[in-house]
This record gives sequence, C-alpha cells and structure tokens, in this order.
Amino acid sequence: MDTAFATSRRRDLVVAFVLAAVAAVVPLFVKDVYVQNIMVLTLMWGALSQSWNILSGYCGQISLGHALYFGLGAYTTALLFTKFGVLPWFGMLGGGVISALIAMALGYPCFRLRGHYFVIATIVIAEIGLLLFHNWDWAGAAMGIEIPARGDSWLKFQFPRSKLPYFYFALALACVAWFVTWWLENSKWGYWWRAVKDNPEAAESLGVDVFNSKMGAAAVSAFLVAVGGSFYAQFVYFIDPESVMGFQFSLLMALPAVLGGIGTLWGPMLGAVILIPLTELTRSYVGGSGRGVDLIVYGGLIVAISLARPQGLIGLFSPKRKEAAR
Amino acid sequence: MGLLYGLIAVGLALIFGLMDVVNFAHGEFLMIAMYATFFLFAFFAIDPLLSAPLVAAALFVFGAVVYLLIVRFAVRAKANAGMVQIFSTFGLAIVMRGLAQYFFTPDYRSVTHSWLGGKTVSVAGIFLPVPQLVGALVAIAAFGALYLFINRTDFGRALEATREDAGAVALVGIDKNKVFALGWGLGAALVGLSGAVMAIFFYIYPDVGASFALIAYVTVALGGFGSVFGAFAGGIIVGLVEATTALILPPSLKAVGIYAVYLLVVFVRPRGLFGSM
Repeated sequence: MDTAFATSRRRDLVVAFVLAAVAAVVPLFVKDVYVQNIMVLTLMWGALSQSWNILSGYCGQISLGHALYFGLGAYTTALLFTKFGVLPWFGMLGGGVISALIAMALGYPCFRLRGHYFVIATIVIAEIGLLLFHNWDWAGAAMGIEIPARGDSWLKFQFPRSKLPYFYFALALACVAWFVTWWLENSKWGYWWRAVKDNPEAAESLGVDVFNSKMGAAAVSAFLVAVGGSFYAQFVYFIDPESVMGFQFSLLMALPAVLGGIGTLWGPMLGAVILIPLTELTRSYVGGSGRGVDLIVYGGLIVAISLARPQGLIGLFSPKRKEAAR
Repeated sequence: MGLLYGLIAVGLALIFGLMDVVNFAHGEFLMIAMYATFFLFAFFAIDPLLSAPLVAAALFVFGAVVYLLIVRFAVRAKANAGMVQIFSTFGLAIVMRGLAQYFFTPDYRSVTHSWLGGKTVSVAGIFLPVPQLVGALVAIAAFGALYLFINRTDFGRALEATREDAGAVALVGIDKNKVFALGWGLGAALVGLSGAVMAIFFYIYPDVGASFALIAYVTVALGGFGSVFGAFAGGIIVGLVEATTALILPPSLKAVGIYAVYLLVVFVRPRGLFGSM
C-alpha cells in the first residue's frame, strides 16, 4: 500500500466523521417532521445501497433480489415481536443471521451462474420468497402484520411520537455500513472482490478463492440489508409481503449506488442524498395525483445518468479516486 | 399460452442474441402494444386480429428508435457496461409505465368484443378457447417466418454476421448500427404481435408488462440466451409447467413452479437448455 493511498484512506475516515457529526446536529435545528422523515429515509436507503454495493459493486455479482433479505429482516423482527414478544434488537440480529445464512445457502448454487443468468436467478428467488410470504397464513399472508405501538422506548425500539430516535438509528446504521465498506475495501477480501469482478479466471489462477470470497460478500451484504429491513419494520409499524419484499425494493437498493458510483466507497451515500429527497419531493408535489409524473421524472433521470455518466456521479468529485476504485 | 410466452420471449432472445443486451423494458413494449391494439379497437373498431400487423409495424419503428436513442449509447459505455445496459433499459421501462399511467390512467381496460372473444371450439373432446388457439397459431406462423427470414434473406445473413463479428462486417460495408436498429425493430415487432393477440383475452393496464416480463426473461434464460429456438422451446416448457403447477398449487403460487423449474435447469446447466456460448 503506497502512502498516497494510505493518506486518502485516512482522509476518507476524517471526512466521514465530520459528515456524520454535521448530520447528527441537523435535526436539532430542522424540526419539520416531513423533512425529518425524508432524512431518515435518505440515511436508510444510503445504508441499504452501501450494503448492496458490497456484493454487487465490489464483488461484481449484480443482485436484483436483495428485497428478499430486506423482507426477511423485517419479517423476523415483526414476527418475533408480535408472536413471542421478543425485543426488536434480537429480531434485528436474528434477521441478520438468518439472511446471511440464506444468502450463503443460495450462493452455493447461484455463484456458478454468470451474467444475466445470475441476475435473473436473484430476481426469481426473491419473487419466490414474496409469493411464499403471500401465502403463509401464520405470517399474516397478504394481509401483512401490524406492529402494535407500545409507547416510546429504546428497549422496544418504538417511538410513535418523535422521528429523532429513528434518525439517530438510521444515521448509526449508515455509519456502520459505510465503515464496514471502508474497512473491507482495504482488507484481503476487498482486493479479492475486485479481482473476482474484473476477471474471475485470472483471479482463480492467482490463488484467489473466488467462491468463498463471493460467499463472504453475500453474507456481509445480506446481514446489513436485513438489519435495515428490521429497522424499516419498526419505522413504519406495518409490513406486508409487497411492501417489504417487492421487486421495487431490490431496484431502489441498487439505484443510489448506480447513480453515485458502483463499487466506490462514497457512491451509494452520494446517490442516496440526491435520489431519495428527489423521489420524495416529486412524489409529494407531482405524484399525488396518481398519474405517474413522478415515475416519468424518476425513470428519465435514471436513463440520463446511466447513459451520461456510467461510472457514477462520484467521478465528478475525484477523477483519481475513480481510477483507484475500478 | 406457452406458445405466446415463446413469441414474447423470441423477441427478447433476438435482441439479446444480436448484441448481448437484455431489454429490461420488454414488458413495457408488450404493454404499449396492448394499448395500441385497444385504442385501434376503441376508436376505429378495428378487430385485434386485423390491427396485429399495424401494431407490429408501429412497434418495429418504436424498437428501432429506442435502439438509436438509448441502446446505441448504452453499449458504448466503457465503465460498468453491464449495469448501464440494465439501468438504461430499466429507466426506460419506468418512464413508459409512468407515461401510460399519465395518459391512459391506471384503469383496467379490455377489448370488449372481437370476432374471436369468448368462443370455444372442441377438439377431440377438449374445449379450447379460440383466442388462445389463434394466438398459438399466430405464434407458430411468426416463428416460422422469423426462421425463414434469418436463414434465407440478405438482411438475415447480415444480422447473423454482425452478431458473430461486428468488427469484420464493418469491413465489408455493412453498417452495424443499421443492422442492430433493424434487429431491435424486429424484436419489438414480435412483441407487438404478441401484444395484439393478448389484448383479446387480457386486461390492459399500465403495469401489465411487468407481470409478463419476468416470465419472458425466465423463458429466454431457460432456453439459453442467444438461442432463438431455445426461447421458443422455453416458452412451450413454461406454458406446460404453468398448467401443471395450476393443478397442484393454489393459483397464487402458480408462478413458483415456473421459477423453480428455471432455477433447477440453470443449476444443472448454467447455460440454459440450448445455450451455446
């Protein structure tokens, strides 16, 4: 590792720390609940996209089925809480572990697939999960699960009266996801992943354990996404299969990273900061009529950006960094 | 049903085989075709069977334009090429769905009556709905025509040649962009045909494409990307699996059977049934 790289990594850490500190102060001044809500969502999608980026960006295994892990996290937490009274904190951990195990179990056959076959397999698996939950009566089937509100409490992770605790948890989640990415980027795994992404055959011949490094990426990625899912369940108090496992979640997780820069440290967060407020604003100002204007704006933006800046917006900030990230 | 899946999928397979691009707006192409059929019927009382060629022609133009405006640039991307293709066509799909909602409202529409709607014939004691039967015949005819077209005409040969080596064909004076645009047009025309036929027996709404798109990808991948014949065979398999699953599982789970078969096939043969590459 050369010194320039070490400096830039230290600088990343400092920048992240400063940004997190600034973000932590903002809601103390911005009291508007609508704006606070957008900030929570932005941080949550940033964290989710950051987690997705580990498997799909760094390791190059494009997954459009991460809604499965998001849904598993949400369902584990909600079911444990409503059926057995288990605190959401354990549900969060449990959902993460279950998702990581399932990601590895699915990875076993799926990682033999290449390109579009892999992408379609991930979509199809998440769809199967969605349909199963739709028909699983014990888990509420298509009706979903309502999470009873029991008053503000960190122990139960419920705050019906204020957005602030949610904001700080989402911020913490985003920081954890970012830090894990930062840490892995320079670990043995990080280098393996980039090698696997660029050229699996060459990586294999140089002694990279391609299969296990993909499994590792899948497990970390799924765990973090499931934690995000269980946070979401506690945040909205109501889940049903479509609203936590629908295909749009897989897509929404990928978009910030695509927009900001795939396989880069800052891309997903940058993408989320631009995309999520934009989505929420177009939805509330022009989308309320149910006539799809928000979809047109949103889709048009995706086409324009993916064509104009395939490497993501992050390239605008530091051209050097982009080269290093590729 | 399987043959129609096949026909939808053949268009997708053609585009993929041609230039390794998966059109994630394929379902929306289908949706547009169904709306076109509906409006031709609602305003001019043109029966879906007559408007099918018109719709196919319109979609041909549409497909070529989409190639020239979007896909041409997507395949040129140097960074993250795979992602750019997926998301540019995906973005297009979202725009098309939004436009459909804006102009056509999210209401369900249907072609209320056509020459064939609601009729059944009995073949050897089994009652078959006529629209589906005609759909199947159209699919077979279109598949036959496509086969002859690719194998017998100059353009078909140019298509095959460009597919094999885009660089070399440029040397003999074939314009790659022209060939690809025509290929996209052809793929879209096939979807147009399927859409026109399906408008007879399906409700039409802005998200209708989404429900068929995933099945179309599964169909193509099942047969093996790059194989037009595989896509057609895949369609027949998907249709059979769907019918079988409907007997065992509740209707809401019928797609699970199709997905499960896809996973089984690619886990055993990661290239699909007839995939060669």
